[in-house]
This record gives sequence, C-alpha cells and structure tokens, in this order.
Amino acid sequence: MKRVIIVTVLIAAALVAASVALERRATDPSETDLLRRRYRARETASVDHAKFPQLRKRFAKPQEVTHECIACHNGRAREVMKSSHWNWEREEYIPGRGIRYVGKKNILNNFCIGTAGSHQSCNKCHIGYGWSDEKPFDFADSLNVDCLACHDNSNTYVKASGGAGLPDSSVNLTLVAQSVGLPTRTTCGTCHFFGGGGNNVKHGDLDAAMFATTRTVDVHMGLDGGDMQCTDCHTAHKHQMKGKTYSISSMNRNRVACEDCHSAMPHNDDILNEHTYKVACQSCHIPLFARVNKTKLRWDWSTAGRLRNGEPYEEKDSSGTDTYMSIKGSFVWAKNVRPEYAWSNGTASHYLLGDSIVAVPVKLNELHGDYGDPDARIIPVKIHTALQPYDPVYRRIVQPKLFAPRKGEGGYWQDFSWDASIRAGMALAGEPYSGHMGFVETEMVWPVNHMVAPKEDAVRCGECHTRNDSRLAGLTGFYMPGRDYSGALDTAGATLILLTCAGVVVHGAARVISRRSRRRGTRT
Amino acid sequence: MKREYIYRAFERFWHWTQALLILFMMITGFEIHGSISFFGFDQAVRYHSLAARALLALIAFAIFWHLTTGEWRQYIPTRSHLRAQLAYYLFGIFRNAPHPTRKTGLSKLNPLQRLVYLGLKILVIPVLVLSGLLYMFYRYPSRHAIEALNIEGLRVVALLHTAGAFLLVAFLIAHLYLITTGRTPVSNLRAMITGWEELEAGEEKDSPGNAARQGATP
Repeated sequence: MKRVIIVTVLIAAALVAASVALERRATDPSETDLLRRRYRARETASVDHAKFPQLRKRFAKPQEVTHECIACHNGRAREVMKSSHWNWEREEYIPGRGIRYVGKKNILNNFCIGTAGSHQSCNKCHIGYGWSDEKPFDFADSLNVDCLACHDNSNTYVKASGGAGLPDSSVNLTLVAQSVGLPTRTTCGTCHFFGGGGNNVKHGDLDAAMFATTRTVDVHMGLDGGDMQCTDCHTAHKHQMKGKTYSISSMNRNRVACEDCHSAMPHNDDILNEHTYKVACQSCHIPLFARVNKTKLRWDWSTAGRLRNGEPYEEKDSSGTDTYMSIKGSFVWAKNVRPEYAWSNGTASHYLLGDSIVAVPVKLNELHGDYGDPDARIIPVKIHTALQPYDPVYRRIVQPKLFAPRKGEGGYWQDFSWDASIRAGMALAGEPYSGHMGFVETEMVWPVNHMVAPKEDAVRCGECHTRNDSRLAGLTGFYMPGRDYSGALDTAGATLILLTCAGVVVHGAARVISRRSRRRGTRT
Repeated sequence: MKREYIYRAFERFWHWTQALLILFMMITGFEIHGSISFFGFDQAVRYHSLAARALLALIAFAIFWHLTTGEWRQYIPTRSHLRAQLAYYLFGIFRNAPHPTRKTGLSKLNPLQRLVYLGLKILVIPVLVLSGLLYMFYRYPSRHAIEALNIEGLRVVALLHTAGAFLLVAFLIAHLYLITTGRTPVSNLRAMITGWEELEAGEEKDSPGNAARQGATP
C-alpha cells in the first residue's frame, strides 16, 4: 500500500510539474517596464532659441518668422512642402482606379463634407499661411510654411478662425518664435483633437482631454502613464510623419503599428498570442472610446437652416453638447462607445467627388480584408453616419460651399441657401450640378487606435466568445469558439445524450421492477 | 468469500485521474462551447488547456504502461460470448441470471466492453486529442506561404471536437449506469477503488462450470 501511495504521489507531482513548466512565465523587467523607462527620459533642447538675436525682435507678419527659421534650418521647408500636412493630398494607388491624388483637398466626408469652397475657414488647420478661395495658394512659396503650428512650445500659438491659416492677432510671435521645440500633444491636438469642427467630433479616440489625462484614459499619453507625446509613435523622417487614417488613405504604407514598440507576441499566454494573427491589438485593448467626452455618431444635414427671427441658433443638451445648429443640422453624440469591428488589410477605397452612387447608404470609405486574407486583422472602428446633400439627378454626393467671408457669396453658413452653396461649391470643385438637391444616407469608418486602456480594462474573452451580443457578432465567415456552433451537431449530441439517459432510466427501472417481483415471488 | 485482485495500483490511479480530468474538461469544454457558464470563458479556456496538458501526460504514461505490461491485449476484440453478453444485458439481468463472463486479472473486460473501449481508444479519444491539439496549437503556421500547412479555420476542428465530446458524455452516462450491474450495485465501484473484486459465491476460479467464462461487467 505504501508503494502505491508513493508511486501515485510521484506521478501526480510529475503531472503538476509538467503543466506548470509548460505555462509561460512573466519576465522581469517586463517589456512595458523597459518601454516606460525609455519614453520617460525626455530629450532636452540642444539650443535655447530665446538667445538667438534673429528672434529677439518684433515680427509684423508670421512669414517673417518662417524666414528666420529657414535661414538656419535650411532645406527643412522643402521637406515640409512634400508632406501631406502641406499639400493636403497624397499619391495613392487605388486598385481598379489607378494612381489618384487624394487628401483633405478633395476627399468627401460626412461631417463638414469637404474643404473645397471653404478654405478660408478649414485652413485654420493647414500648416500654411493664406490659403483661401479668393486667390490661388502658392504651394511653392516656402515663406508660407507655418513652422509654429507644430513647433510652438509656449502653448500660446493659435490660428485665427476664418483666417486662411494665419495666426490670431493676439499671438505674440516673438515669444512663440523664441520657444520652439519638438511638437507636443498640444500642438498636434490643437488640430487633430478638433477635427470635424469641435472636440472629439471625428475620431472619438482623439479628445482634448488628452492634452493632460490619466493612464486609465490612455496608457500612452496619460500623465501618470507613459506621458508620451504624439511624435513618440508618429515619428517623422524629413518631416514626413508616420501614420495616417483610412478616412483619407488608400494604401498600406507608412503606418504606425503597436508592434513598432511592443513585440508581436507580447502576452504570457500562448492563446492570447495566437490571437495576434487575426486580431489587432487595439481590438482588445481599446474596450471603449470617447471615454471622457462625447463623440459624434450621426450628423443630419437635412434639418440645417432653421432660423429664429431670421437668425441662426444652437440647441444644447443638459451636458452642454450641441444637438442642433442652424448652420450644421442635428447631431447624435455618445460617450463610452463600444467600437464596431471590421477586417482590415491596410487598404481602403473611397468615394471620390464625381463618383456615381451605386448603393445607399453610400460608403464614403471602405476598409478591405476578410478572414481568408493573411494580411487582414480585425480592428476596432467608429462608424459615423449622416444624411448629407446630394444631387439626385446626377446621383452624386455634392460639395457645398459652407463658408464665405461675406454674405451673398454662396456660403451656406452665411446665406442658408443649399442651392447657392452647392452651386458655388461644385463650381469651385470643377464638377457639374443639376440644380436639384436632396439628402442621402452615408457612412464612414474611422479606425480607433488611441485611448488604449490599462491591461486590466482590456476586453474580456467572453465579450466576443459568447452567443449573446458578441462584440464580433457582425463578422462572419469563420468559426469562433463560444460564439459559433453547429445547430445540427448540437441537436444530434443532445439527442444522443437524452437517448442514453432514457436507456439508463428504462433499463434501471426494469431491473428494479424485476427484482421486486422476484422477491415477491420467493416470499409467496 | 473469495476475493481477486483485478485492478493494479497504476491502473486505478490512471482511471480515477482520467475520470476527474475528463469530468473537469467536460464542464470547462461545454462552457467554452457556450452551453453552460460557470468559470467564465477566460478561466474555462485556461483550465481546459491545463487539464488537457495533464491528460496528455497521463495518456503518455498509460500507453507506456499498457505496452510494457501487455495490458493492451485486454482490448483485443472477441466475438466469443459477445451475443451472450448482449443477451445478458437485454434479458438475463432481469431474471437474475449469472454473468455470462467472469472478470479476472487476466481478462477484465467483457466482450462488449472490449468493443466499446477499443472504440473509445482508437476513435473518440484520438479525435478529441488530435482536434484538441489543433485547437491549442492553431497558429497559421506558414502565413499562407506553404499551402499544405494552412488551417483555413477552426470550423472542422471545432465540430469534430464537439462531436467527440458529445460521444464521451453519452459514454460516461452509460458507463456510470453499467457500474451498478456487477454482483452488487457497488461491487464494481469498490473494485476500481481497492483493486479487489469479491467473487460471487461458488464462482471460484477453478470451479468447473466457470472454465469457459471470462471477463465481467464495466
């Protein structure tokens, strides 16, 4: 008996040891610890621009600042002028359409629709001085490069509203010129957090709260997290920024990936690591977006243009968010939004001005990829829907002119006339307009990449691997444990089990009855 | 009353460890399948994989044991007394007829058991183990570089695994019931715990009427 116990214990111990040894251990220090240390160490500027005599003077025009910048940093303006920040377009190869130049210059979205016709207003976020619809902008003039928009470290630089990219008159150009440095969350966020005409309107994961936030909102940018700046990930070589968004870009190139810093197999669990073949990191690590402020989920242009006493007005909900604006229509906003999920292989197609509408809702951009595509992974996205103006005769989305510096020039925000604004906008875009307009349902997909949550807040396995309201319920064409099953097989299996149980019950009952009757038989 | 040593220590250890592991894997497995919820999906997967590794190790030991001791011969199917054994379960058992075969250390399985356990060992368990291994190590090994190594999806793997699981559940239910068909309802259970089986009165090994009998119930 003693021998039996010893052997049993030995074998059990061997089994336990084997299972434990096969589980991967956490390494110390972890990969994230090392990254945290690396990005915590901030570089300090090698020179103090405040001491340069060239910058210790009064600047009458911002172009004079640029002149001083490029006097020392020669050649840099030429780099900037090759960037999409400057050109607002990029060369893209679109399968089936060939090479097209696509960007903010000509792309249509379902927020403020497009920049054409409204440059004086939209170009508040252009890194140049003086791009308006009044006269052609000289893309070859390096003095128009706005170095300060990105390199101001004084946090006092603001561009004027409707000022065609020129700084606000309140800006002290001398102070700004003396305090230049690497771009910060503030310089980038001033434009990128406010895309679509307000905080967090477009992206949902880029919010003014991220100027200074906590790691629970964003592990990378949180002050108590990585305290990282945008350019830590969106690195630049010769002023060409890394990273892009599929609302505009079509090709799979120059992307920022989590794997640029983290390994492709970052978990201590093999099963989680296996997911990385088909699931992008963001899908699990961004459980919700718009976690601080609301983001816009729907924009209804058809209600725009209502006036009170001849004047435009705004309506706000209890939290102070615009729900209606005469100049823009009605909005639906949401906070803590659960992303939708889509396959993405890094390429996308776009509705381009002039395309015929083939299906409604009109997909203004579409991500490519499916389960069988070895380059495709599941990514989280924000879907933004809209009802926006179109030409029902030519079956095209139209580009209205929204902004004009004066009344009577066709600007919708000044005149509230769809006919005049579409006529003006389409003329500026060089496209025909039938003279009839209506509103059509459109859809845009915005990949969600920021607001990475602390790991303990990551999406739980059971939120996708479930039959009830799975996060991935919309993605089909593959088998996912916990979500999928074969109804026929489950029915067959349940039937087999029930039949076995029935057999046991019948056989057992027959045994009991026959034994009783035998006993009764022996008694009598 | 005469007793005979039927199940050796390793055999009992193997049987009960396997029983526990399989039961545990049934619970965690059907949770992963989405039929029940108990541990939560993440923990169910973790436990299921851990138990799977333990079971694989146990199976390796068991195969070694069966081969070195020659115990694998217990599963060689036989047609002799097959009909009698079937007739016993269908009719004889209700008339208190004697078992048509007798369990001994040399022949533990009756002809029906031999068939069923052989089926388990060469069909159900391999299907579960192989599909389970594919489940565990499913990682697009070649990223479509080598066609032959591609697993296009989990569907076939998962459905085979599920089918195997249903068969095993049905087996377990029948097995638990058939345990009670020994000399007394608990004599088979006791034998699998202690190793010793009490023989029916007058059923001594060398008693003349029993010469042809071999093997007994579950």
